[in-house]
Amino acid sequence: MTVAIKADARSIRRIAISHRLSRWDVRLSPYLYISPFFVLFGLVGLFPLLYTAWVSVHDWNLIGGQGDFVGVDNYVTVLSQPYFWTSLRNTFSIFLLSSVPQVLLAIGIAAFLDYNLRAKTLWRMGVLLPYVVAPVAVALIFSNMFGDRFGLINEILGGLGIDPIRWHVDIIPSHLAIATMVNFRWTGYNALIFLAAMQAVPRDYYEAAIIDGANRLRTFWSITIPLLRPVIIFVIITSTIGGLQIFDEPRMFDTAGQGGANRQWQTLTLYIYELGWGQRNFGRASAVAWLLFLIILVIAVLNFVITRRIAGSTERRIRTKGTR
Amino acid sequence: MKRFPRTTVAAAIAGAASIALIATGCSAGTDPGKTYDGKVTLTVATFNEFGYDDLFGQYEDANPNVTIKHKKAATSNEARDNLTTRLAAGSGLSDIEAIEVDWLPELLQYSDQFVDLASADVAGRWLDWKEKAATDADGRLIGYGTDIGPESVCYRSDLFAAAGLPTDRAEVAKMLGTSWESYYAAGAKFDAAGTDVPWFDSAGATWQGVVNQMPNAYEKADGTIIATKNPEVKEAYTSVLEASGSLSAHLSQWSDDWTASFQNDGFATMLCPGWMLGVISGNAEGVTGWDVADTFPGGGGNWGGSYLTVPNQSKHQEEAQKLAAWLTAPEQQLQAFASKGTFPSQRAALESDELLGATNEFFNNAPTGQILANRAAAVEVTPFKGAHYFAINDAMQQALTRVEDGLMTPDKSWEQFVADVKALG
Repeated sequence: MTVAIKADARSIRRIAISHRLSRWDVRLSPYLYISPFFVLFGLVGLFPLLYTAWVSVHDWNLIGGQGDFVGVDNYVTVLSQPYFWTSLRNTFSIFLLSSVPQVLLAIGIAAFLDYNLRAKTLWRMGVLLPYVVAPVAVALIFSNMFGDRFGLINEILGGLGIDPIRWHVDIIPSHLAIATMVNFRWTGYNALIFLAAMQAVPRDYYEAAIIDGANRLRTFWSITIPLLRPVIIFVIITSTIGGLQIFDEPRMFDTAGQGGANRQWQTLTLYIYELGWGQRNFGRASAVAWLLFLIILVIAVLNFVITRRIAGSTERRIRTKGTR
Repeated sequence: MKRFPRTTVAAAIAGAASIALIATGCSAGTDPGKTYDGKVTLTVATFNEFGYDDLFGQYEDANPNVTIKHKKAATSNEARDNLTTRLAAGSGLSDIEAIEVDWLPELLQYSDQFVDLASADVAGRWLDWKEKAATDADGRLIGYGTDIGPESVCYRSDLFAAAGLPTDRAEVAKMLGTSWESYYAAGAKFDAAGTDVPWFDSAGATWQGVVNQMPNAYEKADGTIIATKNPEVKEAYTSVLEASGSLSAHLSQWSDDWTASFQNDGFATMLCPGWMLGVISGNAEGVTGWDVADTFPGGGGNWGGSYLTVPNQSKHQEEAQKLAAWLTAPEQQLQAFASKGTFPSQRAALESDELLGATNEFFNNAPTGQILANRAAAVEVTPFKGAHYFAINDAMQQALTRVEDGLMTPDKSWEQFVADVKALG
């Protein structure tokens, strides 16, 4: 008798344990499944971020390593350097000159690709080609075009009787040239993202609109664009983050790679590079890196708020139109 | 009865496996250079033109177990960035890294990162000052000298003829004279002839000639920075910019436009250390008229010159040292000189008939060996280059470029130079 009761109690306990385990399974497994991402993020994202902050409050030589703790000294020094502000200006200028036309162009290209073209796949692959070319190779090709004296563009301008543009001397032309390289590389990529979103727009909407007498332009403005909002937000935010961290193109814009004798096109990332690798002052370089991180954070949040407000209002508009 | 639902076990295994994958992915620590049959791949990183292209093949033929991979950076700046980045990262350096004398002092601070190359085989191979510069305070030799850069003046005899100036080497040398004033004066004469071609390439290049004649331009021997207070520097800055106003092509050296200008009659003369001969003949391929004059403004001067080092990171230090020793042996350096004009720093090579009898077809068959040997003998000053030399000189180059580009007045640009130097500290 007693033996049987004991055995029963044991099996009950076993059932209880296995219940508990399966409950943990339900609760914990999802986290385990997504944990590789967070482990990786912690390793290559969060840790470097925090470590950079640690470096930025020390004297730190690239090769010599950690020195004394200096508190916010590095930040103060960097903020008082004119080159920091020049490169901040350049970063924003190049970012605006590249991102704005890029998004507009990409939507336009995507709209054309969305039509029934002959050899559809060929065209769609074609716009992605520049993205496959390494940025450094792009920079080499473009530096040939944007030569101050013997560049292709200035030769053409000279043939037309226009004064050559000093691409590597004046501020705005240098920014334009760099923005062109960025646009060349990223427009097609963004166009494909937009295209994918456009293909997801139900065709019935267009048919209904055309029956109602709307022309192509009208359907584009009133159906395609509003329904693209979420993707536009995504593209704007990613291109903001990418645009503010632009490095390859300005670095390769001339052979010295410092952003010009008067830092005409030095971006913040180039400035970080100059401090860290040119002057080997990792402390100051890390301080700028953190400032850049904060700037991007602020802009991204701003972006998000603004675009969400716009998107929210149009969505509501469409919905109210729909119910009417 | 099942203790664990199968999914839990599977999940645990999958999780563990993925973490293990991540871990192993990071530490793929196999030695890429060596295969099982004792073959060694040595990587050699150089910049500009070292003249080693043929030599590597010869070494491989003589040592069948060695394969050499050559990484060539376009500029010395680029090579320096690459070297310091990988030195800091602790991996990724080539087995042999070429370094330039201008940034050698920075690296001497971390000489323990390089293999001590001193050995009986190479004792006394180089000019004393060349060897001394690469020896650290503890007497470790971290680099084998390759070339030195005794400076002459290269000129376009066809453009000289068009301007009615003498074209013969000896006469040109006489006309250019031995001082900066006479060099600029000859330029003014050339300019006055109305050929519409600038006299020299850039203020920055000319500055290199001037600054390499100052014993302590930017730093005192104890390392104190005096760049912004040194009257010699300020004076030279002013005079170079004065000359550049009417005589310079304003083509910043190594820029794409500068390179392209060799094909477009960009300028008539340029200061010419030995290694520059290879650069000119490369850039000006197909252009006739280049020649070398046996003179240099302000006396002699040495511009640049390099070393081969073996970083501690190398997995084949012995093999690398052997190759470096072979490449910098007098016989091989003479071949490099024949191919790219990199003038030897090795005593035996300097006295060899092969060097003294060498001519350069591209430069109108000029006896470049003899001319550069004369120029080397004329060098009187060994400029002191401390830990900040490279960075300060870089700031100076930018100051000169700002004025040449018309972005700033000389005074304004000097002020910024002062600020830049201050920011280094």
